Amino acid sequence: MPIDILMPALSPTMEKGNLARWLKKEGDKIKPGDVLAEIETDKATMEVEAIDEGVLVKIVVPEGTADVPVNDVIGLIAGEREDAKPDAASGLPRPSAAGGLGAPQPPQQSSPRQESVPSQETLATAPPTPANTPRPGVSLDGQPSLRTFASPLARRIAKESELDLASISGSGPHGRIVERDVRAALAHAPAAAPTQDTKAPAVPLPRPPDELIRKNFAPGSFEEIPHDSMRTIIARRLVEASRTIPHFYLTADCNLDALTSLREAINAAAPKDKEGKPAYKISVNDFIVKALALALIRTADANVTWTESAMLKHKHADIGVAVAIPGGLITPIVRAAETKKLSVISSEMKDFSTRARARRLRPEEYQGGSTAVSNLGMFGTKSFSAIINPPHATILAVGAAEQRVIMKDGVPAAATLMSVTLSCDHRAVDGVVGANLLAAFKDLIEHPAGMLV
Amino acid sequence: MAEPYDILVIGGGPGGYVAAIRAAQLGFKTAVVEREHLGGICLNWGCIPTKALLRSAEIFHYLNHAKDYGLKVDGKIGFDTAAVVKRSRVVSAQLNNGVGFLLKKNKVDVIWGEATIAKPGEVWVGVSTKPVMQPPNPIPKGILGAGAYAAKNIIVATGARPRAIPGIEPDGKLIWTYFEAMVPEKFPKSLIVVGSGAIGVEFASFYRSMGVRVTIVEILPQILPAEDAEIAAHARKRFEKQGMEILTSTKVTKIERKGDSVVATIEGSKGATRTLEAERMISAVGVAGNVEDLGLETLGVKTERGMIIADGMGRSNVPGVYAIGDVAGPPMLAHKAEHEGVICVEAIKGLDPRPLDKTMIPGCTYCNPQVASVGLTEAKAKELGIEVRIGRFPFIGNGKAIALGEPEGLVKTIFDAKTGKLLGAHMTGAEVTELIQGFVIAMNCETTEAELINSIFPHPTLSETMHESVLDAYGRVIHL
Repeated sequence: MPIDILMPALSPTMEKGNLARWLKKEGDKIKPGDVLAEIETDKATMEVEAIDEGVLVKIVVPEGTADVPVNDVIGLIAGEREDAKPDAASGLPRPSAAGGLGAPQPPQQSSPRQESVPSQETLATAPPTPANTPRPGVSLDGQPSLRTFASPLARRIAKESELDLASISGSGPHGRIVERDVRAALAHAPAAAPTQDTKAPAVPLPRPPDELIRKNFAPGSFEEIPHDSMRTIIARRLVEASRTIPHFYLTADCNLDALTSLREAINAAAPKDKEGKPAYKISVNDFIVKALALALIRTADANVTWTESAMLKHKHADIGVAVAIPGGLITPIVRAAETKKLSVISSEMKDFSTRARARRLRPEEYQGGSTAVSNLGMFGTKSFSAIINPPHATILAVGAAEQRVIMKDGVPAAATLMSVTLSCDHRAVDGVVGANLLAAFKDLIEHPAGMLV
Repeated sequence: MAEPYDILVIGGGPGGYVAAIRAAQLGFKTAVVEREHLGGICLNWGCIPTKALLRSAEIFHYLNHAKDYGLKVDGKIGFDTAAVVKRSRVVSAQLNNGVGFLLKKNKVDVIWGEATIAKPGEVWVGVSTKPVMQPPNPIPKGILGAGAYAAKNIIVATGARPRAIPGIEPDGKLIWTYFEAMVPEKFPKSLIVVGSGAIGVEFASFYRSMGVRVTIVEILPQILPAEDAEIAAHARKRFEKQGMEILTSTKVTKIERKGDSVVATIEGSKGATRTLEAERMISAVGVAGNVEDLGLETLGVKTERGMIIADGMGRSNVPGVYAIGDVAGPPMLAHKAEHEGVICVEAIKGLDPRPLDKTMIPGCTYCNPQVASVGLTEAKAKELGIEVRIGRFPFIGNGKAIALGEPEGLVKTIFDAKTGKLLGAHMTGAEVTELIQGFVIAMNCETTEAELINSIFPHPTLSETMHESVLDAYGRVIHL
């Protein structure tokens, strides 16, 4: 007996919606969790997910149909061995629930359970939340709530940074938006880069129409700058990355005292040419690239790429380095960085930066890699967390080196410390693996002589 | 071996027993190994008995000042040292017994002895050879004894012990640690307290209240080094007014032990030396984690400066081995240990608890005047480069404080000037240890100054000083 797919209601007050798009064709096999179709209202787009297994035997309402009444049959799923023919009775459109506003929906006992995804306010970055926790922005009865739960401090910082709270999901109790969520949202924006051309994500994001956004501002009070392709790709890739990759973050403070003196010694020893220009000048970032590469080789389980069917375990450590360029950023890759001398890494990076600014990098120079370094330390950022840039499994966000007071043998002492935050893709890198990678990195940074041999 | 425990906690202090109770609540088969006393140092030789002693000192102080309140005490006001100490032991014993009851009620097994982790998943418990502090609290009934025990998860909660500086090692007779200081047979005429952290200052305050001549020697430039400098200076002035001698930026370089006194050679920051003589000395120079004889080296559990390195969920580098409380690093406070214990167990259960935020752990010192704080000090905030707004309110402007006869005190609040985030709150004066929690909740809810200003504080209470301090930070103070 085929199962009806009904037009879902986004809220009890919703009477009808548009069937924007079918993501499955008639005859497609359906697995639980597959997105079948997208429904639009004037407020939001919502996905219709399948819970049951079977075959989409019939599309009753074609895509692009506007004003489909709630609870009308839009399609049919049959078990694989079942007769693919829908029975006549259930194939007919049902009358929509009588009574209109707020009328209770009839119980759907054997119908496919349609899990509605929260409305657009929270779709973008919704973290995995326990099933029994109400999702932010949606009240317990599924009605989109007008109230966004956020701490007073989060509200104020968002307001002052002109950040729309509705675009953030909360990590506090009951999905409340707290300071760190706002800080993370602010920090994430410039933290990763497009490394490869991508096809459009399978499911386009629901977005508020541009007109609605413009209405917030007085006409003439702003200048409109059309997106170039880099901006579009950054936006698309980062939204996709932050939506699909379960991020977690590990932070460590690295003592740079040993590295600083080693670096001075190395740079002082550089042979000089006729004009007195040294043959090389190793930067702290070069050390970071090298240390991360060696750490990845030591922690081979973290030197991976996630695919749905298998884990790609890399033999070399290819390290992306985010380079800011006018209008965006790009992440050239230092290949097999674990095998390269610091002077080689240093000259490669100089070459990459120059050509990146001129937008002269070849695609093969910024595609691939298993991790990346995003260093905002030179801008005085103390610490931040970055969005992973697929196909990477991690990204290291590097903060500023600064003098801090530490306890040394029970006595306060000055030391140069640098905070780094490793973002990990939890599908590929578990907590302990990530922690081991970070520990190996810290160890190399704090005992930098190990990088010279 | 019998059926393995889901969770076995080594150490029955505030971190350990709370972790065990939470584990039992979550349905884990749980045991606690304890070698000496349920409730740990906190309840037997720390927080609790000292509060009992300080209460006696406080009442003694009030009796001596009865006249200030229009009261008349006929006859001589005095005290019975043995009875004061006994009261503190009775208080400790009652709570110690209570912990035993709570563990039993939650069906947590108590294993008596000293634990060594043989390998992940297995703990050996032997008979403890550590001398038991006198007087001991009774060993609970229905305990398990020495033997091998299997456990899927092992939580090390072994706490810490007094640290000793070479040259002034405590001997229990002339040079005391907090153990001996808590059970004096008689009060010495004079006392040198080395170290002015919470422990040092509390004992200094207690002994001074009981009429002892007290000298504090602190190596750092301020007493209560973890506290905000302004608050510490305020407290210092009060201590000095009570007749304490306080020597900061001063270290003890030599000790000479005489028959019934100690002669300390001290050196100031400019190198000037002098000698101090006192009947007793208390060494309160900090504590060190109990990481020895647990089998940690063999297991490869990483330690640093006598503390186990654990992540925000109490996980050590060895799977199945966890560490919480003092042994997992500072701040070494019972409430931090309890919180870590709960987080650790909930993480084992897979409940995804919020990791401990060390910036929001309140600290309380029960000297007279009391000191309480949470969050960043002014110096620390400035060191972090944060632009701050600071509010201050003295107790003299508070009606309740005047009525109580406690007009000396100060509440200082520190806000991020840009966001209005409450960065820190620092207080000294009567009952401030009971007040600080208001600011702790505010910080955890991420309130800004606006919510604090909009909140109605009841009148007449000391808590109004908190409100006024916030108002002062934003130029709106009323009673000043």
